[in-house]
Amino acid sequence: MTVNDQNPTLALEVQGVSHRYGARLALDAVSLAVAPASFTLLLGLNGAGKSTLFSLITRLYATRVGRISIYGHDIGREPAAALGQLGVVFQSRALDIDISVEQNLVYHAALHGIGRREALVRARAALARVDLADRLHERVAKLSGGQMRRVEIARALLHEPRLLLLDEPTVGLDVNARASILKHVRGLLAEERIGVLWATHLIDEAAPGDDVVILHRGRVLANGPIDAIVAQNGEKDLAGVFAKLAQDPGSDDAGVAQ
Amino acid sequence: MSAPDAYVWRDLTLTQHFICLKGIVWREGLRFVHQRERFVSALVRPLVWLFIFAAGFRQVLGVSIIPPYETYVLYDVYITPGLMAMIQLFNGMQSSLTMVYDRETGGMRTLLVSPFPRWFLLSSKLLAGTFVSILQVYAYLAIAYFWDIEAPPIGYVAIIPALMLSGLMLGALGMLISSLVKQLENFSGVMNFVIFPMFFASSALYPLWRVKESSPLLYYVCELNPFTHATELIRFALYGKVAGSSLVVVLACTVVFLAGAIIAYDPARGFLARRGARAPGA
Repeated sequence: MTVNDQNPTLALEVQGVSHRYGARLALDAVSLAVAPASFTLLLGLNGAGKSTLFSLITRLYATRVGRISIYGHDIGREPAAALGQLGVVFQSRALDIDISVEQNLVYHAALHGIGRREALVRARAALARVDLADRLHERVAKLSGGQMRRVEIARALLHEPRLLLLDEPTVGLDVNARASILKHVRGLLAEERIGVLWATHLIDEAAPGDDVVILHRGRVLANGPIDAIVAQNGEKDLAGVFAKLAQDPGSDDAGVAQ
Repeated sequence: MSAPDAYVWRDLTLTQHFICLKGIVWREGLRFVHQRERFVSALVRPLVWLFIFAAGFRQVLGVSIIPPYETYVLYDVYITPGLMAMIQLFNGMQSSLTMVYDRETGGMRTLLVSPFPRWFLLSSKLLAGTFVSILQVYAYLAIAYFWDIEAPPIGYVAIIPALMLSGLMLGALGMLISSLVKQLENFSGVMNFVIFPMFFASSALYPLWRVKESSPLLYYVCELNPFTHATELIRFALYGKVAGSSLVVVLACTVVFLAGAIIAYDPARGFLARRGARAPGA
């Protein structure tokens, strides 16, 4: 395969990616694609391989088997071009809580080569988008969990990425905060044509029209628009499909919210 | 944008590299200012050595005239460069501890997902840590000045390049260690096995000719210890002189440690990938 096989009109393209930790196979020939202006739900239980996949897409680890490209730029061969278009909200907190929202955002803009003045303009706009315009000078420590998440989303959007990855962004948040974050991210699709890959184990975060990738024990068990997947599996909804596919004898599926 | 869903990547300019470097240094400075306990403990540590340890040993240990000193010096004058290097040693280890901590939170990951080359990001981080350590050293020197530890005026300027180098070397060592440490809990072991041996088996507390008299073997260990050379580089610089061989050793060690750290954090070759199993939900 050559670089030309990678589709520059896809926000994210993962082709046949496998990854092992020692003897354990964490990802087994995973392929998926995220189109611009689409919302793809990466659905899997804890231990399914979601975080490993995110570590590969963000180039924390090198992709040894298979390939990953962002808008046609191979993550290994052209990391700057690929990462420049990527915004990430990590599962663990990435903000310094001792300093202000503004200082955090200026720092993260600098990591993308954006100077202070421009950073402040963008920070204001990004915060306004997540309804936190009045919190620019607040210390991060004073924000609630949901507000921190929204600041993280604003942070991830500062360099105007065209692919946004979110790794279980609603973990530990209450119902309202979850709904608000989903609403903000879905708003981005319509306004900015950003491709979104949203990893979660919560089925109710899916909405009609989303694409879904079900990852289980490192393998993709289903991939496509929700309706198609539901129809293919002869179930009445996504929860039914997920319960059917991600069922392991003897395992505890209590982590799946309905 | 030409087409709605196609995009053209523009290479990062030199100015953007500078913005990135400045941002990383600025953030390190901010963190330092906002973590007051860290600043105080960084200052108290060498001062305890100076006010208590050195005062106690003052009468026991006379230090003969050895370069760069031109007269007999008091023991507290002798150990000052060693304490300056100690500040940097602790700072280097501390910033590597921050890296382990950052890795467990998302801080390190946001740094590494930046489109700048990884060697550049790590070097910037290292420079930022060194910058903070130099601030600490000057704060120490200001207090020491009132304790009658005075260097020639030129010394206060000449130490800047020396502190830069020794700071980079110790920071790079810390960074290399941080890539090898799995979790925060393992770090106290590193303190015991790295900081204490490096500090005690060096010329920081006693001149090496004295060590040689009591144990030739220990003398060679001290000579091989990069920390000895960081100390001597600073000691000579404080008197406006250059410790040639120490300069070479410190330079060489900086290059080796930094290269090691960059390799360790390289996604393709690094150790990170092999320990990924620890990541939540991996």
